[in-house]
Amino acid sequence: MQTQQNIEDRLWSFIDGTAEASEKSVIEKLLETDAAWKTKYRELLEVNEMLRSSELEEPSLRFTKNVMEEIARLHIAPATKTYINKKIIWGIGFFFIAMLVGFLIYGFGQMAFAPTGEESEISKTVSKVDFSKFFNNSWVNGLMLVNVILGLFLLDNYLGNKRKQYRKEA
Amino acid sequence: MSTGLNDNELISRVLSGDQQAYAGLVSRYQSYVFTLALRMVKSREDAEEVAQDSFIKAYKYLGDFKGASKFSTWLYTIVNNTAISFLRKKKVEIHSLDNEKVFEVADSKESGMGANMIEQKSKMLMVNEAIAMLNPDDAQIITLFYKAEQSLEETAQILGIEINAAKVRLYRARTRLKEKMETYFAEEVKDLN
Repeated sequence: MQTQQNIEDRLWSFIDGTAEASEKSVIEKLLETDAAWKTKYRELLEVNEMLRSSELEEPSLRFTKNVMEEIARLHIAPATKTYINKKIIWGIGFFFIAMLVGFLIYGFGQMAFAPTGEESEISKTVSKVDFSKFFNNSWVNGLMLVNVILGLFLLDNYLGNKRKQYRKEA
Repeated sequence: MSTGLNDNELISRVLSGDQQAYAGLVSRYQSYVFTLALRMVKSREDAEEVAQDSFIKAYKYLGDFKGASKFSTWLYTIVNNTAISFLRKKKVEIHSLDNEKVFEVADSKESGMGANMIEQKSKMLMVNEAIAMLNPDDAQIITLFYKAEQSLEETAQILGIEINAAKVRLYRARTRLKEKMETYFAEEVKDLN
């Protein structure tokens, strides 16, 4: 059974021209056969026509003059693209990447790698570490929870963007 | 005179230094911009200020208009943002549909006009008054879709929402408008049928 709201919803899509072709033909058939649909359609069509026929409001007669007087003192700002120097953006990016790479090289340089086949000092040390005590702290657990939530937000954002792209392509 | 030129031609002229060409754009869109502003801020003085500010901002940043959308869509986005900032600054109370003040406005309108005047009121004025009684969000989407000749996609773009959200908002706004007309202009609606 169709609810009143559902009928109105479908009829508005039909009137606005946003209904899909298959839905359009279903509604056209309903309008021919169902009196309730026909009555509702006429009612909504009248509201639609009234809205289309409503008048625009007019500002004061001096409006254009006032705007032109104001802009006479102004200059058009240069387009954003022209004053954002891409080289600076690339420079900042390069600086941070260089910092990260530098730290990594320094870090690996400090490591004493053992010959193949033998267990290195580092892996021996790592195996001795009791990780359970790090995750037994409510602050650490809280922080991890926040990270998980942030991760989910990012994932949602990423999937949302993908969906938008897909819709645009469709 | 530059009135015979289309929007893009006028914009090119303005960008190449012909400031007077901007008057063509202002006179072309002033009624749309003013109506849109009025639907949001509700007072004619404030709407004129918002409309004027919007045109000034549009002029200042005209260099950023790349023609990816229609000029009107870009301009109405500026109007929308300017009106929102204006309302925030003035801390104007945004009337909800069920707000008593809306009913007070409607009551004062009816009592001030008298039965004869209401009878003579044109269909268009009645619709405009009913739209003015709506909350700014509803009035804005109806004005954009019906008066500012924006498609549902463009309306969604101006408001910064998804198309489906715009569709739902428009549907609800029309339903509320219908209710307003049936409540406050019942006689006129009956006469029209």
